[in-house]
Amino acid sequence: MHKLLMDHPGEKLFLLGNEAIARGAMEAGLAFATTYPGTPSSELSLNFFQMSRESDLYFEYSTNEKVALEVAAAAANAGVRTMCVMKHVGLNVAADALMTLAYVGVRGGLVILTADDPAMFSSQNEQDNRYYGKLSGLPILEPSSAQEAKDMMGYAFDLSESLQEPVIFRTTTRLNHSTAQVSLGEMKKRKPRGDFVKDPFNYVTVPAVSRKLHVKLLKNFEKAEELANSAPWNFIEGAGPWGIICNGVSYNYVADAVKDLKISDRVKILRVGFSHPMPGNLIKSFIRDCEKVLVVEEGEPYMEEAVRSFAQDAGNIGLIAGKRPDLFSRLFEYDPAMVRTTIAKFFGVPCEAPKIPDLSDIPALPQRPPNLCAGCSHRATFYAVNQATRGMETIHPTDIGCYTLGFLPPLSAGDFLICMGSSVSTGCGFSKTTDKKIISFIGDSTFFHSGMPGLVNAVFNNHDITLIILDNGTTAMTGHQPHPGVDMDALNFEGFHRISIESVVRGIGVEHVSVIKPYNVKKSISAIREAIDHKGVSVIIAKQACTLFERSLKKPHGKPFTVSDQCKNHRACINDLGCPAFFVENERVRINASLCSGCGVCAQICPEHAIVPLK
Amino acid sequence: METKRLIIVAVGGQGNLLASKVLGEAASRSNIPVRMSEIHGMAQRGGVVESAMIFGDAQSAIISDGEADILLGFEPLEALRALNRCNQNTVVITNTSPLPPFTAAIGKGVYPDLTTIKKLIAAKTGRLMTLDANALAKEAGNELSVNIVLLGALIKAGVLPVTAESVREAIAATTKKAFVETNIRAFELGYGAV
Repeated sequence: MHKLLMDHPGEKLFLLGNEAIARGAMEAGLAFATTYPGTPSSELSLNFFQMSRESDLYFEYSTNEKVALEVAAAAANAGVRTMCVMKHVGLNVAADALMTLAYVGVRGGLVILTADDPAMFSSQNEQDNRYYGKLSGLPILEPSSAQEAKDMMGYAFDLSESLQEPVIFRTTTRLNHSTAQVSLGEMKKRKPRGDFVKDPFNYVTVPAVSRKLHVKLLKNFEKAEELANSAPWNFIEGAGPWGIICNGVSYNYVADAVKDLKISDRVKILRVGFSHPMPGNLIKSFIRDCEKVLVVEEGEPYMEEAVRSFAQDAGNIGLIAGKRPDLFSRLFEYDPAMVRTTIAKFFGVPCEAPKIPDLSDIPALPQRPPNLCAGCSHRATFYAVNQATRGMETIHPTDIGCYTLGFLPPLSAGDFLICMGSSVSTGCGFSKTTDKKIISFIGDSTFFHSGMPGLVNAVFNNHDITLIILDNGTTAMTGHQPHPGVDMDALNFEGFHRISIESVVRGIGVEHVSVIKPYNVKKSISAIREAIDHKGVSVIIAKQACTLFERSLKKPHGKPFTVSDQCKNHRACINDLGCPAFFVENERVRINASLCSGCGVCAQICPEHAIVPLK
Repeated sequence: METKRLIIVAVGGQGNLLASKVLGEAASRSNIPVRMSEIHGMAQRGGVVESAMIFGDAQSAIISDGEADILLGFEPLEALRALNRCNQNTVVITNTSPLPPFTAAIGKGVYPDLTTIKKLIAAKTGRLMTLDANALAKEAGNELSVNIVLLGALIKAGVLPVTAESVREAIAATTKKAFVETNIRAFELGYGAV
């Protein structure tokens, strides 16, 4: 049985934040969950997926976050407890649904989890999704630890049902990806079936209905603000003339700092865990007798601005600070020492900075950047494109996935990227405004997520672009989740259909479509040449299973290759491919046999045919 | 309880996430509070994988530069690169078996020689302990048990409040049945090597 399904209340498990959240949802009687995978939220969905195989929990990997939220919205309006999980930028995709779902509301509890990524460990921006609370009017809950995240989930569902509207559950990477001992609670019974009662004058958002619903949303806001003022998630610790207001993981750094600085007799802390609506009355009474107040929050001055406005409202003119050049930054994530020294500076108490040794005499160290895996078929495709376009001026709009790493030398196959699906549509813009050849790259999962509308646009408006769909049969970057093009039968999962990317592309009306096997270098190059010679939209589907996924499935791979004595040190293998299985020893090129997947691409490009299968 | 902060640095695929899981399990078995954080996702594709573990009474799950009490390096270059996480009292344990990054292989940067690496680490920290964990893993019967060999050395260093017995129990409870015997052997070899 899945460890998160076991009904052993009181037991302590060493759980990843994402596992604790999943457990909290299950304890709350979660019956329906949807997602589009995205780091740092991915393990949460993986656990739901696994649990759905052995319980009556319904879970799906939806095509994108907007679809996921719409599917979830209906389930919740049929009265079923539902969760919708995504990374922070996913909520941008789902925002259209979110804004009006806030008007319509829900009947069964709906919790929308958004996992923010301060410092951008695995994301294209570090937007602060607490502003989605302000934008939509919906409540936001933010835990500080794995245990609290689990406990807060039950409250989130209750809150959603009492307000009859979705609740946003906001986490950050350091919460999702930190592990701690979590004590389990009781499992509530799931109610997987509900009913939808027709009520079009409250559900069909024509202007006359929406005008009424917006009034309801604002009334709910007042109720929610009252709840925030008394919720146990907004608590005060300690007493003293100095005030610190903090949230999320920053609270942990503050708590440790106050202890380390031995100022607990002078400081009181307000930890805000129910952060939209902000608890106005609680804040006003907290700051009333404070000499000065420091707001500690990663990201934007979301709480700071609110606190200042409450202070103005209350006629309080004490110093309130947070984001300031000499205090906290809006950039990146915080850490314990940084929070400790900033608190010490602000309140004027002594503090020893950590003693980092003098590292000025350390030589420049070779970097270890992330790289496409040995044998990754994307590398083969990028190589073939570089060969096919030799001497041509090109622009390569790229997209979000492992293949984004192709922008690094020596492949240098990636020139522009803003968001999921943007490779196709930005290609359209570049093709109309420059004289360069546009060859865009998109992954299979990303194509289904949001690449298709761009391709429709390209065909309709007759843009001159070549789109290369890198089809490795999985959502590799986030941990090999399925997508609509995956052969689920082959993975022994029943009850799915498979959508052929080639049929979709042909159905959209692309005239020039070819499918290549990227490990076959010569044929790939000539197919790419033909595609870029075609005036208008052409699509190449580069089909080859993800080598990392194949290895994890224990599928047999090709025999490793080795470099024979024929090698004359041209080093095309290293200089043009950059496969990490290569290394240089005593000025000779070698192949690490345990890394080599046997794809044989290097053997095809070696001018001396010196790369041969290992006997 | 006194707070102890451990940083583990490794190269993707060396198994440091399993090592920290075993260690966390061992601490839990001894009722020692522990929090850990690690970085997943894009950073894992062949790059450096770092986990931070904090034992004892603290709420933070990450460790600031200069504040590690103990640094465990799965690879010597990565141990050297992580010196900014250490201070003059930090105990450093590192594997001496190098895994040169691809950049060095293609001539972008030079992999420093092992003597230099050891000298630099020893000069800037409290104490340096080294072992060839790859050789010991082989001796234990499984080349992939480098992580468990290093766990043995880590426990021997005596900085963390975790006992060897609790780690043995955690190995038996969390690693795959077929590997428990070799893993225990690997643990003992690492424990005896420093």
